[in-house]
Amino acid sequence: MHTTWLPFEWIVAIRFLREGRLQTLFIIAGVALGVAVIVFMSALISGLQTGFIRRVLSAQGHIQLLPPKEVTRPLRMGANARPGEVEAATVQVPLQRLKSIDQWQAVAQQIRSMPEVLVVSPVAGGSALVVRGAASRAVSLVGIEPALYYRVVNLPDKIVQGSADLTGSEMLVGTELAADLGVQVGDKLRLSTANGADTTLAIAGIFDLGNKAANGRSTFVSLRTAQSLLALPGGVTSMDVTLRDVYAAELVAQRITAATGVDADSWISTNAELFTAITAQNTSNDAIRFFVGLSVAFGIASVLAVVVVQKSREIGILRAMGISQGQVMRVFLLQGGLLAGLGSVAGSLLGVGVLVLWQRSVHNPDGTPLFALVLEPALFGQALALATVTGLAAALAPARRAARLDPVVAIRG
Amino acid sequence: MVEDSLHPVIVQLQGVRRSYNLGTGFATEVLHGIDLTVRHGEFCAVVGPSGSGKSTLLNIVGLLDRPTSGTVEVCGEQTTVLDDRALTRLRGHSIGFVFQYHHLITAFTALENVMMPMLGAQEFPTAAMRASAEALIDSVGLTRWKDNGAGQLSGGQQQRVAVARALAMGPALLLADEPTGNLDTQSADEVFALLRRFNTEHGTTVLFVTHNVALSARCDRTIEVIDGQVTGE
Repeated sequence: MHTTWLPFEWIVAIRFLREGRLQTLFIIAGVALGVAVIVFMSALISGLQTGFIRRVLSAQGHIQLLPPKEVTRPLRMGANARPGEVEAATVQVPLQRLKSIDQWQAVAQQIRSMPEVLVVSPVAGGSALVVRGAASRAVSLVGIEPALYYRVVNLPDKIVQGSADLTGSEMLVGTELAADLGVQVGDKLRLSTANGADTTLAIAGIFDLGNKAANGRSTFVSLRTAQSLLALPGGVTSMDVTLRDVYAAELVAQRITAATGVDADSWISTNAELFTAITAQNTSNDAIRFFVGLSVAFGIASVLAVVVVQKSREIGILRAMGISQGQVMRVFLLQGGLLAGLGSVAGSLLGVGVLVLWQRSVHNPDGTPLFALVLEPALFGQALALATVTGLAAALAPARRAARLDPVVAIRG
Repeated sequence: MVEDSLHPVIVQLQGVRRSYNLGTGFATEVLHGIDLTVRHGEFCAVVGPSGSGKSTLLNIVGLLDRPTSGTVEVCGEQTTVLDDRALTRLRGHSIGFVFQYHHLITAFTALENVMMPMLGAQEFPTAAMRASAEALIDSVGLTRWKDNGAGQLSGGQQQRVAVARALAMGPALLLADEPTGNLDTQSADEVFALLRRFNTEHGTTVLFVTHNVALSARCDRTIEVIDGQVTGE
């Protein structure tokens, strides 16, 4: 016997599968198709989601910290006021003026010490007017510390002209704004703010954020320049935080608020619809996995049920020869596991092949691939483990039936 | 019957009854209180008309079936108190079976079929199993065909492989249920001669169910079963 180094159950299981060659091939093909669908769908959805999230997070941090909103504090009546009794019948909502995060340096230090946090980048932002000759545009002024901010938003990658290096006398503008004002790198623009401060800055670089409105509205200057223009000496209006795990953003935001008292908005809460769509995608993917797994399980179970009937005489004679019920059961469990295992390997390869073909043939209008090909080894490990466990579970009923066959009845046929 | 003092009892049945539930609240009794003693080294023919209970008797002696009542002692073990695991072990180590149909496993070669009981027992090194199986295949005259698939052999050859397989574990008791029933006269003679040779050379006790009068006449002892009872010897 060529395979006597294998245990008895393995030898018999492999031989039974080899003997029913066509039947075995068909069920392996069935399992492979199921696993290929799971691998393809999972990798495609994962790739698309990674792309979506990367785009969403390419222009914002995972968490944005803001100073608490100002609230109106109603005055109580004098010493005779009863509980809940207030002076005014109506309470006017206060205006939200530009203000700094209180003790932001200490808050930033506290947040940086959290293990989930990668970067904390302070921002001083507000409205301004850029003027060049007779032309002027209202813009959003973002004051940043480049070394930190570029680790949150990869602005250097979006520079189409000039560079992202910022000094106190330079600024970055979007392609749309540059076109509107007819400026190039090296040209100067005057910036003025509502509080009367103004300065003239040279254009260090022109960026393209991939959004026409953003390219026409956003300007970046150094943090100190923005603080000076916005009359926020030493202050910041927000802080952008990036995390190791983007999906932990909501939880970490809640912890930050609880620990520091500042408002923390996660990208999940500010992009609630996108996150709902991602969750819905994941749910539908899980549903597809479940039903494909179920059909694979039924396929394996039905084939093995037929094999038990076909092999009942052999099972009977094996039992007569002293082969135990446990050994017979393991022979059929192994067949289920082998069918599923081989099918999942073939299915994984098939799924990857289809993914590569799909990725090469389907592109975005700008020529970039529709989705990033994310081939995580864990996905294949999961597919193999899931299929094998499914195969074993599917084989359980036929295996028990085989083990419980009465040898006398089985031999008689 | 062989001399008592020289040959210990290998099979002892006392008051064995076997009835089957017909599923309609009725039961039919196939064996009606059989008492039987077989001693080590005997070569016994079991004869009787079809439906008389010969195969049921053999299945009970072979521990494939349990009696409804009565006691069955095989190879010194009181089997009626043993669980399935113990019965399987006793069957595997002490009893060999040859059936009317060879029941070889077609996914394996002739040699592999002979190795199968040893492989299942998981007690022997591969080389020892192979050597033992080759010796058995040689003893049944099939060395040339040892690597042929079981399905590629003739009926007589298949039955000889089945005999070799039944003897693989060196059983003390060989139960043959009409092993020559499907064979031509020459093949039947060859298979019978094989069984006889193993009985003579190795002292294997043989219970041989047959309808063939000529063959039963060549056995040491004939046990006649009629209507579920041993009616004569």
